[in-house]
Amino acid sequence: MISQFQGVTGVQSGSEIPMTEPILKIEELSKQYPTKKGPLTVLQPTSFSMEVTELVSIVGPSGCGKSTLLHIVGGLTTPSSGTVYLDGKEVTDAGRDRGMVFQAYTLFPWLTVRQNVQFGPKQRGVKKQEREALADRFLDAVGLHGFRDHYPKQLSGGMRQRVAIARALANSPRIMLMDEPFGALDAQTRTVMQELLLDIRRKEKTTTLFITHDIDEAVFLSDRIFVMTARPGRIKAEIAVPFGAERDIDIRKSAEFFQIRAQVYDLLHEEGKAVVDAEIAAGRK
Amino acid sequence: MAPLTEERIKSAPAASLPVRRRKISLFKLGEDIPRWLYFTIAAASFLIPIALWCIFTYSGRANALILPTPSDMFSAGVQEYQSGYLLPDIEISIYRISMGFFLSALLAIPIGILMGAYKTFEAAHEPFVGFVRYVPVPALIPLVMVMAGIGEPAKILLIWLGTYFQMVLVVADVTRQVPKDLLNAARTLGANRMQLLFNVLLPATLPGLMDTCRTMIGWAWTYLVIAEVVATSSGLGYSIMKAQRFSRSDEIFVGIIILGVLGLATDMFFKIIQPRLLPWAEAQRN
Repeated sequence: MISQFQGVTGVQSGSEIPMTEPILKIEELSKQYPTKKGPLTVLQPTSFSMEVTELVSIVGPSGCGKSTLLHIVGGLTTPSSGTVYLDGKEVTDAGRDRGMVFQAYTLFPWLTVRQNVQFGPKQRGVKKQEREALADRFLDAVGLHGFRDHYPKQLSGGMRQRVAIARALANSPRIMLMDEPFGALDAQTRTVMQELLLDIRRKEKTTTLFITHDIDEAVFLSDRIFVMTARPGRIKAEIAVPFGAERDIDIRKSAEFFQIRAQVYDLLHEEGKAVVDAEIAAGRK
Repeated sequence: MAPLTEERIKSAPAASLPVRRRKISLFKLGEDIPRWLYFTIAAASFLIPIALWCIFTYSGRANALILPTPSDMFSAGVQEYQSGYLLPDIEISIYRISMGFFLSALLAIPIGILMGAYKTFEAAHEPFVGFVRYVPVPALIPLVMVMAGIGEPAKILLIWLGTYFQMVLVVADVTRQVPKDLLNAARTLGANRMQLLFNVLLPATLPGLMDTCRTMIGWAWTYLVIAEVVATSSGLGYSIMKAQRFSRSDEIFVGIIILGVLGLATDMFFKIIQPRLLPWAEAQRN
């Protein structure tokens, strides 16, 4: 099949041909912040692209610019250089085509669970009946239908993040951007949420760019993992995780899982040391 | 490491410890005390001063010109009420405070929110407010009298001056404290600028605004009395001043206690309506 495509597109044989246009393409994105001591680079020029229904994680030590990268893709931060393309079109501002889930709880406390999930559709004028149906569908997907009339303050941390995911999904985004969404949850809840995310991915065919510093989480969820260096961050390595979309909790006990985990661990450990050394050096000055 | 086998997993036996009565500790930082104890202490904080007051006055140890007995004070209050001065005084004071406070809130809330939301508005108003707010209100009384005379508008203006400049800064702060992530989340859900302001920022400030109003109405009572002590012939502040001129300490006490009770009632009012108006807000500490 690939060879047929080659004939049509005229691409030379031997090179990798993507089956489809990448859904997300990032070209030479970088970010510097001005400080009193001169510009501080948090992100060195970074490029990569993602295919439809892929789940890609970015792991790296704190301060490596992984969150900044995600905020740039989400249109919440302006890059110092570089471009973000979604479906081949340049994006510069925040938009509902990129649904974000944050580590902090960002449900609107004055709205009920159901109203929270309807927020996006309501802003763009979707009729009440239609958006309520949307909300109910995605609340079902995250298993919180019974809590639809509760206020956020009545929910646990894990439940709040479920609603946040439903709220982003109800906007039918092209891609989900998740910034350490389970970082504030306890270990057991986190695992359940990870399984939920895999489940949603299977059912809704979502494409997700996921930020985390939890290596287990990255290996369990992702098709590919980008490991970033300490600040100023750049992508240091890309690791393919060959478990496919139909994975479940049992892969966490497999030898392959441990092997990939060890690989990521080694790559990250060097960077962690670099961060601590840099901090100590800065303290001595 | 040995492989994980069944023998290595020991199920813990179900515990059945006797329930131990916990000792109540009165002075643990930030620790709760039982409700009954809280209310007992609160009641004592009123009852003990009243008891001391009774002991000192009824025993004849206190100079009646300085400190009246509770019953003298009570009959003075009844007398004032019967003579028809007390209720109009209370009414006019409540009217002044409501108007002054209402006008403050009417301006301070929208302007404060704009200051907290947009740096342009902050630059336009905050430095100026910072200057005016440190001018003590009593220092402005002569100016107010020259400009607004000694009628009702002058009193309302004085209360407004005392509360607006404080309130606008607090409202701006409340607005700035709305989490950035809440606004970011709304942006990624497709909210435009106007929707961000009216559908996210505004509702997010509501609990803070309620708190601000509650604090500010307390300030308004202070400026009310300042306004009424200076140049007027009605109101609770005036009734206290008048009583002082005639050395009627019993009437002074009547005025003070009514002011205290009205202040407490306003505070209770805000405390009670807040959870009803904003059932979604996280519980307040005080």
